[in-house]
Amino acid sequence: MTSPLIELAGIRKSYGTGTEVEVEVLHGIDLALHAGEFAALIGPSGSGKSTLLNLIGLLEPPTAGSYRLLGQETSALSDDAITALRGNAIGFVFQFHHLLPAFTATENVLLPRLIAAGPVTAPQRESARDLLREVGLGDRLDYLPRKLSGGQQQRVAIARSLALGSPLVLADEPTGNLDTHSADGIFALMRRFNRERGTAFLIVTHDPRLAQRCDRIIELVDGRISSDRVNEVSLVTT
Amino acid sequence: MPFEWVVALRFLREGRFQTALIVSGVAAGVAVFIFITALVNGLQANTIRRTLGTQAHIVVRPIEEIAQVQRSVPPGTASIPKIEARAQRLRSIDQWQLLEQDLARTPGVVDVSPMATGPGFAVRGDASKAVAIIGVDPVRYNRIVAIGDKLVGGEFRVQPGEAVLGRELAADLGIGVGDRVRLITTENEAVTGDTLTVTGIVDLGVRDLNRRTVYVGLRTAQSLLSLPGGVSQLDLTVTDLFDAERIAAALAATTGLTVDSWMKTNAQLLAAINAQTITTRMIRLFVVVIVVLGIASVLVVSVVQKRREIGILRAMGAPRARIRRVFLLQGAMVALSGSIIGCALAATMIVVFLKLARNADGTPLFELAISPELFVIATVGAIVCGVLAAVAPAQRAAALDPAQAIRM
Repeated sequence: MTSPLIELAGIRKSYGTGTEVEVEVLHGIDLALHAGEFAALIGPSGSGKSTLLNLIGLLEPPTAGSYRLLGQETSALSDDAITALRGNAIGFVFQFHHLLPAFTATENVLLPRLIAAGPVTAPQRESARDLLREVGLGDRLDYLPRKLSGGQQQRVAIARSLALGSPLVLADEPTGNLDTHSADGIFALMRRFNRERGTAFLIVTHDPRLAQRCDRIIELVDGRISSDRVNEVSLVTT
Repeated sequence: MPFEWVVALRFLREGRFQTALIVSGVAAGVAVFIFITALVNGLQANTIRRTLGTQAHIVVRPIEEIAQVQRSVPPGTASIPKIEARAQRLRSIDQWQLLEQDLARTPGVVDVSPMATGPGFAVRGDASKAVAIIGVDPVRYNRIVAIGDKLVGGEFRVQPGEAVLGRELAADLGIGVGDRVRLITTENEAVTGDTLTVTGIVDLGVRDLNRRTVYVGLRTAQSLLSLPGGVSQLDLTVTDLFDAERIAAALAATTGLTVDSWMKTNAQLLAAINAQTITTRMIRLFVVVIVVLGIASVLVVSVVQKRREIGILRAMGAPRARIRRVFLLQGAMVALSGSIIGCALAATMIVVFLKLARNADGTPLFELAISPELFVIATVGAIVCGVLAAVAPAQRAAALDPAQAIRM
């Protein structure tokens, strides 16, 4: 087997370290995710799902333990190195879509490239528009986010998470805010990119129906992984 | 366009109302800064020009004569002499031709003009007026006080047998150009006199001066005042007006003569000008402080409003330094656009001021220059202030924790 995309060993996370109200949210997480996986992260509220996702996304550092991303140990990296690694390796889809309101759909998709490589060329712009056409927004390319529906905004967010061809997309309740129909569409879209491009997805969700459609289901309870299983059903149904 | 520029511009455009407000604030600040500077500079230049219109920058005179105790005191006795101050008679500067050459070579000195001046009477018919007889070389004197500009009749010509009178004096004596006037002096207790033709009438801007000034040729004055070949003072102009006192002090030390600068003779005026300069500086300082605080407060609010966006940009791989630059750039952009508008505003204010502030005769009250340097200084200064004002907000934006910022 190839080396994993991410590899967590004994990851712990506490808040309020050094104060009287120190709380440990994650109590030693061991987890590996390989290229092309399509995994759900489930668990009750307050089980530490979002915290774990933030750690994997390098948005905050663990209190203890080792985290290797693309084979690189991250604990010793500087803030700038972590930022660069995050930009290249990980795409994000948040629950509240989090597009930049002052930028059009196309510009939002172009932002990661603008950050990574400076001024955008015409072919790059065209490929961003192609990506938006792929997610079904060919007629909304130059709309500002506020002119788009929730589902459409989330499609832009997915296109943005794929803009740099990152091997891993982290999605935090990507359908949490959408009606069933839109949610199914978003989910199908992620599934399609997973199949077509081999992008790995780690999806935090509350929705057992959607979790059942993932290849792997990781369950977090009280800051510990309580179960981690391959979901045979999804291979048949989706 | 690079990332920082794109994001900075969009953020500013997004907060339209805030941006408009702070740009107007900067514009008002820049306009006030430029206008008040131009106004005070114009006012001061005008005041100094008027004052120095009839004065040399530096005047060199013979040293005053002091009475010395000649009697020697025998040992063991105390002496309490009572010394009466000597009356200062009219004297020439020793070897003034040589001194004049030295003065002309002194760094900072532009022109030197010799003058023989002393008291006398102007007589016509039964009327006689006490006057100051001023003997000059017209060409050289003109370089010191631009006397040609002050003519109100005739021309400034003081060949032997010719004189130029102050306006009030001419009126008092009922004299016009071409009329004759008799000048009398009483040097060395002997009364001498000369009858001269009036070739010109000048207005020196001060009534008292006009009432007692008679310009004659240097030779005429020398003979009237019994100063054969001598001059009673040398008038100097210098390149830097406000350097006059320093040069005067240096000349006094080297020549041993009495050397006075305009700054010493007009000490009160100078004090007023200095007070004015300090006031202006304080006003400008307050304007700068207010503009900086205004920009800073708007940007601080903007950082709070844009927390989530900053978090997303950080998540997408934007390092802290680039987030910081986004906000520094916003400060610079606000300042630049504000100063462009402010410069236009200031130019308009100056033009309007020049239109409105006029003397009774329609000439401008005083000159207000629209000097390009001032505009450049104000603009560059505003941009520097804008960036400085943005430092603290930019620092806060850069320090935001991405996970927290997104969660908000």
